[in-house]
Amino acid sequence: MRDTGPLDLAAASLTPPDATPLLAIEGLTVAFDGVPALRGIDLTIHAGEAHGLVGESGCGKSVTLLAALGLLPRSATVQGSVRLDGRELLGAPAAVLDDIRGGRVAMIFQDPASALNPVHRVGAQVTEALRLHRGLDGAAARAEARRLFDLVGIPDPTRRLDAYPHELSGGQNQRVMIAMALAGEPDLLIADEPTTALDATIQAQILDLLRKVQRETGMALILISHDLGVIADVCARVAVMYAGRIVEHGTAEALFATPLHPYTRGLLGALPDMDGPRRRLAAIEGSVPEPWAMPAGCAFAPRCGLAVAACRADPPPALLPHQGADDAEISAHLAACHRADPDIRTRAERLADPAPPVPPSRGTAVSQGV
Amino acid sequence: MTDPDLLALDGVARVYAARRGLFGGADPVRAVDSVTLSVPPARTVGIVGESGCGKSTLGRLALGLERPDAGSVRFADAPMPRIGSAAWRRLRARMQLVFQDPLGALDRRLPVATQVAEPLEIHRIGSPADRADRVADLLRAVGLRPDHGTRYPHELSGGQRQRAVLARALATDPALLVADEPISALDVSIQAQVVNMLGDLQAARGIAMLFISHDLKVVRQVSHHVAVMYLGRIMEQGDPDAIFADPIHPYTQALVSAVPVAGPRRRPRIVLEGEPPNPARRPAGCPFHPRCPIAVSDCQVIVPELQPMPDGRHVACLRAAISPGAARIAA
Ligand SMILES: Nc1ncnc2c1ncn2[C@@H]1O[C@H](COP(=O)(O)OP(=O)(O)OP(=O)(O)O)[C@@H](O)[C@H]1O
Ligand SMILES: Nc1ncnc2c1ncn2[C@@H]1O[C@H](COP(=O)(O)OP(=O)(O)O)[C@@H](O)[C@H]1O
Ligand code: SF4
Ligand code: SF4
Ligand SMILES: [Mg+2]
Ligand SMILES: [Mg+2]
Repeated sequence: MRDTGPLDLAAASLTPPDATPLLAIEGLTVAFDGVPALRGIDLTIHAGEAHGLVGESGCGKSVTLLAALGLLPRSATVQGSVRLDGRELLGAPAAVLDDIRGGRVAMIFQDPASALNPVHRVGAQVTEALRLHRGLDGAAARAEARRLFDLVGIPDPTRRLDAYPHELSGGQNQRVMIAMALAGEPDLLIADEPTTALDATIQAQILDLLRKVQRETGMALILISHDLGVIADVCARVAVMYAGRIVEHGTAEALFATPLHPYTRGLLGALPDMDGPRRRLAAIEGSVPEPWAMPAGCAFAPRCGLAVAACRADPPPALLPHQGADDAEISAHLAACHRADPDIRTRAERLADPAPPVPPSRGTAVSQGV
Repeated sequence: MTDPDLLALDGVARVYAARRGLFGGADPVRAVDSVTLSVPPARTVGIVGESGCGKSTLGRLALGLERPDAGSVRFADAPMPRIGSAAWRRLRARMQLVFQDPLGALDRRLPVATQVAEPLEIHRIGSPADRADRVADLLRAVGLRPDHGTRYPHELSGGQRQRAVLARALATDPALLVADEPISALDVSIQAQVVNMLGDLQAARGIAMLFISHDLKVVRQVSHHVAVMYLGRIMEQGDPDAIFADPIHPYTQALVSAVPVAGPRRRPRIVLEGEPPNPARRPAGCPFHPRCPIAVSDCQVIVPELQPMPDGRHVACLRAAISPGAARIAA
């Protein structure tokens, strides 16, 4: 699925002219014991951009980035290409990957307490990262660790350097993880559900921190979340995943204003509103297919209110702009669906909201991704 | 609301003994403190607040699973009988609990239909011959097929399991359902299925619900009345539309502004300083004062009581007591 015109169009249009991407994932597939979990991922991350990856649990968000960084177990078969600044990572020697992870590319996870070593003081874990990736030692490392703690908003940083993970709250441990990630001065930070385990007010603090750090250091950020609201808060471009594929890709503005793929529209319709009249939620019926029971044709067809015979026969083409898209939309917004047209509505959508849709910003000033 | 309340909590408190250990000398944990709340028949009351604020403890008090250390709980206009008594066991058929982890709530060794039939057997409802039909009806009522009943819990998806748990809870035709984070473990698309179903069940069967969640959007969707808790106390309560559109209590303002919305944000975000509250170290005065951006010196000594506001809701804040606008956090 790498040889078609549409993909070239996708690559050309979602890319600012003449920028070499920081991270280029092409045709990435992963199978566990012969069962496909990723079925061809293409994703380009540019220097300094905040990019979201969204989808329900099990759709392959984590596997995508774990595969890219060579972190999957041996039972996984990984194919395709992952290039960092043009350099191939798939099949690269372990020493090269070790150097990149924690250095140019850092990762933080959902559960900070389990990612930190419980028997070492948090300060020592940060100074170790500083030694490994920046060659800092002794007082210089400690001073830098203190500065990072301060940067990520840990109160009383000098004392907190000597704390153990269990002496800190979940939010503080996540700040320590972010400090550790920043220790290697990464060009790319991958945050996999970094706030899912946290309370609402602490989630707001951490998202704020990620935004601030990303702005101040100019690093790129890939934010993985199942929560479209979290993504909307931080990211300028968004990819929506379903069953091991990217089904929609666009600027956050375009994607949230005019979702094209029925799955994205389903995810948005399933969210209750915080204001306005209450409506029946447009639930997506059924559930995500198991990797070993993937339907032929479009993987979403069994749950899709717009499915037609063609959907059950043929997988939809790679990411395309929708019919009738204007120039701005062509460059801002793509979906992999036989019927990606914002004017077609499903029965569930009509039930949830009998009034015709009011597409607020369709065709107007859809800005190019960062 | 001319009906008598089905459930009425009056000034209830629950205090757990301090665990001595790491931090020695911690105060007893006041998990719930002077909560007054009522649930009318066929209505849903939502409880929101962050982890550890006492939501689940309140749910257990409502069901008589724990006795309050102060205040009273009444169900159907009679005092809640002592747990384990014959009267309490009779009441249990009318009050059911559903919580977050459907797999933990089900016995993995038994088919789902057997587990849905269990309460019918315990409470001797219907003849053994009728029960199979009732189980099939219950499964259909929650959107499962009767043949799902032959499956074991691990053969169902998360959403289907939560439906099975609900079918079992509905078997005794309860008047009250306490739902403690019933959808938090589910994906958004499945959450919407279960939320719609709860609304349908309430409309069809007139069930009253105490719906506990930390998700403000979901609580707004299902509730007729909402209470916002912080450190065991209610900070603001009343009409969900009013409270979430225009929160008055500073904590509610922060909580509402922290809700991630998929689209443009209408209101600037209030990012609270400080750590989540620790019930073992409850501050004097207003429980929220260490994190409140507009606290004044009185807030450190006076515990604010819930006061009625002009629009009918109740707010526990010294500044809001002067005027609702005086509690507004400037963004
Ligand atoms: N049996 C118990 N013994 C001692 N302390 C308890 C007990 N049950 C609850 N607590 C404490 O009471 C406080 C309130 O707990 P509760 O479970 O009601 O919170 P919650 O609001 O339901 O939180 P969550 O959102 O995490 O479920 C917490 O500090 C908790 O640790
Ligand atoms: N180590 C593994 N072995 C086998 N299957 C796995 C493994 N890790 C993930 N999977 C499967 O790959 C799919 C995608 O998983 P994942 O990327 O973790 O989803 P998510 O989108 O929730 O992050 C799922 O079907 C999951 O069960
Ligand atoms: S290709 Fe067909 S089944 Fe798949 S999402 Fe589009 S309309 Fe639905
Ligand atoms: S009483 Fe004082 S501290 Fe408490 S919420 Fe009101 S202003 Fe803030
Ligand atoms: Mg994941
Ligand atoms: Mg709880």
